[in-house]
Amino acid sequence: MAPPTDSHAAHAGEPHVLPLSTYWGVFFALVAGTILTVWTATIDLGALNLIVALVIATIKASLVILFFMHVKYSSKLVWIFSAMGFFWVVLMFAFTLMDFYTRSW
Amino acid sequence: MSAEIAHAHEHEHARALPPGVRPPVSNHFEDLEQQEETEKLGMWTFLITEVMFFGALFTAYTVYRSLYPEAFMLASSHLDWKLGGFNTLVLIVSSLTMAMSIRAAQTNKRNLMLVNIVLTALLGATFLVVKYFEYKSKYDLHLMPGPTFDVAAFGEWGPQARIFFSIYFAMTGLHAFHMVVGLILMGWVFVKAKQGHFTPQRYIGIEISGLYWHFVDLVWIFLFPMLYLLGAHVHGPAH
Amino acid sequence: MSSTTHTPPGQSREAHASAASEERSTYLTDGYGWKSWLLTVDHKRIAVLYLISISFFFLIGGSFAVLMRLELATPKGDVVDAETYNRLFTMHGIVMIFFFLVPSIPAVLGNFLVPIMIGARDLAFPKINLISWYIYVVGGLITLWIAISGGVDTGWTFYTPYSSTYSNSQVAMTAIGVFITGFSSILTGLNFIVTIHKMRAPGLTWFRLPLFIWAQYATALIMVLATPVLATTIFLLGLERIFRIGIFDPTIGGDPVLFQHLFWFYSHPAVYIMILPGMGVMSELIAAFTKKRVFGYSFVAFSSLAIAILGFMVWGHHMFTTGQSPYASMVFSVLTMLVAVPSAVKVFNWTATLYKGSIEMTTPMLYAVAFIGLFTIGGLTGVFLGIMAVDRHVHDTYFVVAHFHYVMVGSMVMAFLGGLHFWWPKMFGRMYPEALGRFAAIIVFVGFNLTFMPQFIVGFQGMPRRYHVYPEEFGVFNLLSSAGASILGVGYLMPMLYLPWSLKWGKKAGPNPWGAKGLEWTIESPPITHNFHGPVVVDEEAYAYGEIPHAPKFVERPEEESKVVR
Repeated sequence: MAPPTDSHAAHAGEPHVLPLSTYWGVFFALVAGTILTVWTATIDLGALNLIVALVIATIKASLVILFFMHVKYSSKLVWIFSAMGFFWVVLMFAFTLMDFYTRSW
Repeated sequence: MSAEIAHAHEHEHARALPPGVRPPVSNHFEDLEQQEETEKLGMWTFLITEVMFFGALFTAYTVYRSLYPEAFMLASSHLDWKLGGFNTLVLIVSSLTMAMSIRAAQTNKRNLMLVNIVLTALLGATFLVVKYFEYKSKYDLHLMPGPTFDVAAFGEWGPQARIFFSIYFAMTGLHAFHMVVGLILMGWVFVKAKQGHFTPQRYIGIEISGLYWHFVDLVWIFLFPMLYLLGAHVHGPAH
Repeated sequence: MSSTTHTPPGQSREAHASAASEERSTYLTDGYGWKSWLLTVDHKRIAVLYLISISFFFLIGGSFAVLMRLELATPKGDVVDAETYNRLFTMHGIVMIFFFLVPSIPAVLGNFLVPIMIGARDLAFPKINLISWYIYVVGGLITLWIAISGGVDTGWTFYTPYSSTYSNSQVAMTAIGVFITGFSSILTGLNFIVTIHKMRAPGLTWFRLPLFIWAQYATALIMVLATPVLATTIFLLGLERIFRIGIFDPTIGGDPVLFQHLFWFYSHPAVYIMILPGMGVMSELIAAFTKKRVFGYSFVAFSSLAIAILGFMVWGHHMFTTGQSPYASMVFSVLTMLVAVPSAVKVFNWTATLYKGSIEMTTPMLYAVAFIGLFTIGGLTGVFLGIMAVDRHVHDTYFVVAHFHYVMVGSMVMAFLGGLHFWWPKMFGRMYPEALGRFAAIIVFVGFNLTFMPQFIVGFQGMPRRYHVYPEEFGVFNLLSSAGASILGVGYLMPMLYLPWSLKWGKKAGPNPWGAKGLEWTIESPPITHNFHGPVVVDEEAYAYGEIPHAPKFVERPEEESKVVR
């Protein structure tokens, strides 16, 4: 008797196989992102350096999560779980930095 | 990684199965789909805990970086970004081979799967070897955080640079530990794959091992720019 | 059975079924010997293993408290010296929090009941369940060894730089013990989350779940999200201690306040790990002993989630006096007010459930009613502490100590005892002696209040915590407090004696001695290893009292000897 799951497994019987081009595409995007990260780090953008680095890293991470980790093809529950961790780290950052950044106000 | 129940009266779990034979499901599950979805969700939940685990270190890093930006940039320039960058590429390739090994399981290509697993493990080992050399050079330069730290090398920012290195070693050390666990996991995956445990109908074990491996890669994707490239625009990429 | 007639505890109608149960196999008789217990993967046996271990640690932590109250009975330091006293309160805190309170309801009642309440045969990962018990035991043994070899004197909060640089006690070893134990919590939380998502019986939608499950789910969320941060923090502390890396050392720019941020990021949600399961038990007890559906079911369900989520955003209220930015403090203060709201919602709803209910003041109900009052006091005093101006006055005084004992002991331990008594017949097939149970509950209530109410007063008058001596003027209330502690001790000792006694000499219990609703009351007491005899389908709401009662349908007929009571 099937449980009332809120997900439909991609591989209940037939696995959802991604085309090779997807994997290679993501791979080259990741390599390009790495090169971009190193290059932009050598340019002085002031406060933007950190933001640019984080944006590139986040894009790379998203590619790994969505494609290599198959989250794009997984259930909504897996989506939520994969997002939760990052959201909670951001929360930890935000409230901690809230203290340090406002001390000088 | 699979959580098959070792019930007192249960038979042992499956070895190689002839094609078309449905693998047995653990006693407390209704069917294979429920079991596999559960195992996948379990690994994702575990990864959430790992995100929080590393996240706390990232928080410490962010706080100290915002307190001592110059010290951090100066200290970061003492790290070898070329080795760090090389390691980043090594891990990215290993994520590719990991994904390929799962795809090989899905498409019933056992030898391709085994090759990719071995490649993944070799790349992981390469990463660790590079890290060993990095650590060794830090040790030789008296940059290990602790009483032996060479404060003078950083001028006015000496003490705070030591904090940078504390964080560097804590974060990369913890990451390296996870990599070691990943290698052991690859060993298990290899053995199971060789036994024919992973078929297109049932490959959850290698899939969730892959999730773990990709996660270790993810952490490094953030670690690399934050630790190695911090001061590149100020001090130039140093050696 | 009729839903309005009161079935006296112990006098089940299935006397013949209970007699027959001696021959049938239960989870307790399914395999004998050390190995069948120490290598079990049955969630019910693991729950019993936890029950024994946490009771043991409760005694250890309690002994430290006894020594502390003995010292504090008089203003002078005449029982122990300052150094020893520091170690006593530190070990009391560590043992009680990490080895009793955090695991208690989840690891004992949660482990036992979560699969049964959702109609499953076991948790999602039974082997991980067993591993988490072993991790707990290892962490506990390390802590025991530390206690024997001198203890730690930093306070359970391990504030740096004292703990990282200046303390002469075994901080690193304690850090290792706590670090290891954290994984027990993480794995339990992981197991519960996945189980509740994936293993509910057909028909058991989220809003048909017992509120105990909602509470366990919210608790598990916190365990999974917060405990890893503690692990990292303790890991850094250990590195600092062993390798002197300098991360929290102020002489080189390290920030002790950062340690506090990281520490309290876990430790505030941790208090919700401790109280939420108790609230879950409360919903079950109130429903069962008013024979009514909990008022405002969805509000109570959502409030568990709200507490879990909001609880992550208030930790700075432990740091108002540390030099934290006043703007950050304001934000934390406002959110602290906010997190009290869902808790209050629960209290209102439980109270509203009592209205026109068919109330039975059994032992569990006595504990439940006590919880409502004591949690109100504890919770409200928490709100007082969340106001910066008040906190500046009472931070680090006995006001704080009284506040958290009201929520942790007056509420949480009461809930644990109430739940233990409520589900005791289910777990062991025996009733405890009801008269003794009620008597003990009253003793506990009196003893508890006598111990901790005076502490609010002396705290507000300025008596600081963590000192073994104090000014003469606080003498009378401290003496009262110590006297109360001895009464409380007697109250706790009683169940520790009559509960094991009941295992052999208690009245045999049938499947549903309380006449309560819930899947656990449709199966035998004690249950069989696989919990249910066949697949379970649920087609009614939770707490469906007052409707025509019918048990969940079975696909197969249960065996004759274990006929289930309707």
